Amino acid sequence: MGIRERLSGNEAAAIAMKQINPDVVAAFPITPSTEIPQYFSTFVSNGQVDTEFVAVESEHSAMTACIGAEAAGARAMTATSANGLSLMWEQIYIASSLRLPIVMSLVNRAVSGPLNIHNDHSDAMGVRDSGWIMLFSENNQEAYDNLLMAHKIAENKDVQLPLMVCQDGFITSHSIENIELLEDDKVKSFVGTYKPEHYLLNKEEPIAIGPLDLQAYLFEHKYQQAEGMRNAKKVIAEVSKEFEELTGRKYSFFEEYKLDDAEIAIVCMNSTAGTTKYVVDQLRKNGIKAGLLKIRMFRPFPTEEIAKALSHLKAVAVLDKADSLNGAGGALFEDVTSSMFVNKVQVPVVNYIYGIGGRDTTSKDIESVYNDLAKIADNGGTDDFYRYLGVRK
Amino acid sequence: MAYNLKEIMATKPSRFTAGHRMCAGCGAPVVGRTVLRALKNEDHAVVSCATGCMEVSTFIYPYTSWTDSFIHTAFECAAANSAGAEAAYKALKKQGKIPQDQNTKFIAFGGDGGTYDIGLQSLSGAMERGHDMVYVCYDNGAYMNTGIQRSSATPKFADTTTSPAGKVIPGKMQSRKDLTQIMVGHHLPYVAQSIAINNFKDLYEKSEKAIYTQGPAFLNVLAPCPRGWGYPTDMLMEINKLAVETCYWPLYEVIDGKYHITYKPTNKKPIEEFLKPQRRFKHMFQPGNEWMIEEFQKEVDKRWQELLDLEEITNKSTEE
Amino acid sequence: MTEISKNTPASELTIGGNIYNAGNAREFKTGDWRSVKPVFISEKCKQCGLCFPVCPDDAIPVNKEQNREDFDYDYCKGCGVCAKVCPFNAIEMKEENE
Repeated sequence: MGIRERLSGNEAAAIAMKQINPDVVAAFPITPSTEIPQYFSTFVSNGQVDTEFVAVESEHSAMTACIGAEAAGARAMTATSANGLSLMWEQIYIASSLRLPIVMSLVNRAVSGPLNIHNDHSDAMGVRDSGWIMLFSENNQEAYDNLLMAHKIAENKDVQLPLMVCQDGFITSHSIENIELLEDDKVKSFVGTYKPEHYLLNKEEPIAIGPLDLQAYLFEHKYQQAEGMRNAKKVIAEVSKEFEELTGRKYSFFEEYKLDDAEIAIVCMNSTAGTTKYVVDQLRKNGIKAGLLKIRMFRPFPTEEIAKALSHLKAVAVLDKADSLNGAGGALFEDVTSSMFVNKVQVPVVNYIYGIGGRDTTSKDIESVYNDLAKIADNGGTDDFYRYLGVRK
Repeated sequence: MAYNLKEIMATKPSRFTAGHRMCAGCGAPVVGRTVLRALKNEDHAVVSCATGCMEVSTFIYPYTSWTDSFIHTAFECAAANSAGAEAAYKALKKQGKIPQDQNTKFIAFGGDGGTYDIGLQSLSGAMERGHDMVYVCYDNGAYMNTGIQRSSATPKFADTTTSPAGKVIPGKMQSRKDLTQIMVGHHLPYVAQSIAINNFKDLYEKSEKAIYTQGPAFLNVLAPCPRGWGYPTDMLMEINKLAVETCYWPLYEVIDGKYHITYKPTNKKPIEEFLKPQRRFKHMFQPGNEWMIEEFQKEVDKRWQELLDLEEITNKSTEE
Repeated sequence: MTEISKNTPASELTIGGNIYNAGNAREFKTGDWRSVKPVFISEKCKQCGLCFPVCPDDAIPVNKEQNREDFDYDYCKGCGVCAKVCPFNAIEMKEENE
């Protein structure tokens, strides 16, 4: 039986980090993730962890120090948001190319500009092709659980890739909700110890990391990375199963909420799924067969499984909390529709860009999407597939 | 123990091997190798390197010239890479995850581009945080790896590919940044400026002090570039000597804030002697451009005098 | 020996471009860069040691007796720095094919 608590998303992430007890944490303050290193440095100051906390002078150095530490043979963690992630961007790619299983808490916030400190997913979407495993979390519990599973996934020999756990800035990070924590000793034995095969601090085997990798080799090294990402899918499934056995909490690539018999459905990520579940319940009371597919594993993207899960529907709406500004729709929309196309699933799909810069997305907004879907289902499709939800035009 | 170059060369192995692809006559490998030779034989190092000539010529997959552990990630962050590895060392040692008798030293290398310019923030941060590491700048006075573009370390009037000596603008119009002084401003336990000269005593001993001083240390070492500076490849040691004898590159160290000039030329040579053999200053010797040499000389004199003053002031204050 | 070459399949390459054989660049010979070469005239050499450390390419071997030996032409790029510092004219630069 776990420990019942009431924590914000940031507290939950910090508690997870405390229980994981990483060797090095390097972080820089940025709203809304600031509290994570803040809480964590208290644990360090009070001797509750063995961690060396490196209070770096920028997010670029945060990721660089994490790379140095992880390459040295340590477990390294960090937390950031928005522009912090943008400043890390160069090192984000390097971390994954060097196959270093660094774990990050990404508290999602709008990337400037203009400056805005509130939630959307533009930070995460900016690194979606960087070779990091990306797990999304609806609430504090999921943010906590995903972090506990992170190292087992990232450090797996067949994977060896960095991993970020996303949660919505303010909406999740700053709201206090009930949560069930695992006991420290159970976390310790679940996460296990990190035993890298090759590392800088092994005096007996000095190694070199980060070469100039020219035409004869970079292609193959990128192929290896792609293999690691493909392998991650299986490993995520295995680790999630193990976690379920320990906690009773079940995690899949995505959550299907009343999707089995649904006719119309929304696909979304993070906290919006909570609002959507409420709306689904309301609509169901009126006999409307609404459902939800909430993505947890965004990278690697569960292409076949998603296509299959949506194949029986009459209309689908994909909600993107960031616009790709490509004139064609958001990133999640692209992934979902291409998954459906290559798997020969022909269901009308529409995309909504929503909630940008922390704009509230209410149950009424979500309901309007289902109303639109009902119409699309009746008409058998729409040409107007790239839409904005709740913007003042 | 008295410095004995021959003994050092015979008993301490090279930790920066042959088979690297730096240009013929390059000053940087000589610096890198000497710094690493100052390590005790039984000690291990984690070397971090900024993107630049030294990195792209020494670790081209699948060959590495480094016999110690080595990491490179990007241009501006050699210091932060070292900082992270050093933090890992502390954490793992504390937990008994690496042998207690293992002594690992953290040494970062960057050129002037990766140190004076794009990497200054990362360097400043790592030094301020007090990591037990040494940052070594091999200063060749321009972005040589990308083809001789000006940096903030490029001397005034130098002809580079982004400060070309033209009909209206005669080369770089700004004086060089004094990074060593900026690092002194960080109040580090050890800061030094050196060069490979004579029997390498100055560079070797400063490297030894920098490596074995507890806490952050900074070494700024001039490393001439025959291609970028435009002098024949065999002139490396003469150029180094002229840089010192003209006081263009003074040799000094600052230990806990106290300055010590490690070499004072008895007859300070005119700056022309340093400038003349180098193609990048060729335009300064054209008729009508005498003012440029005069101005250059004034700046060298001013900075040398400042250094003499600093030595006097910082040593006086503790005597009282 | 480093067994990685441009024909090695991805499954056999080290991940991330890591190298676990520190100092293996010695297998990469740079001697063919040379257009002029230093010639060591041992009878003129006083073993003063000035040439040992100036070589950018580690091409002047020093033995246990603290004496230099002949050049390692596998690596010498022919820059001539050693010849310039020799006070005894014990190193002469010659055209490579002389």
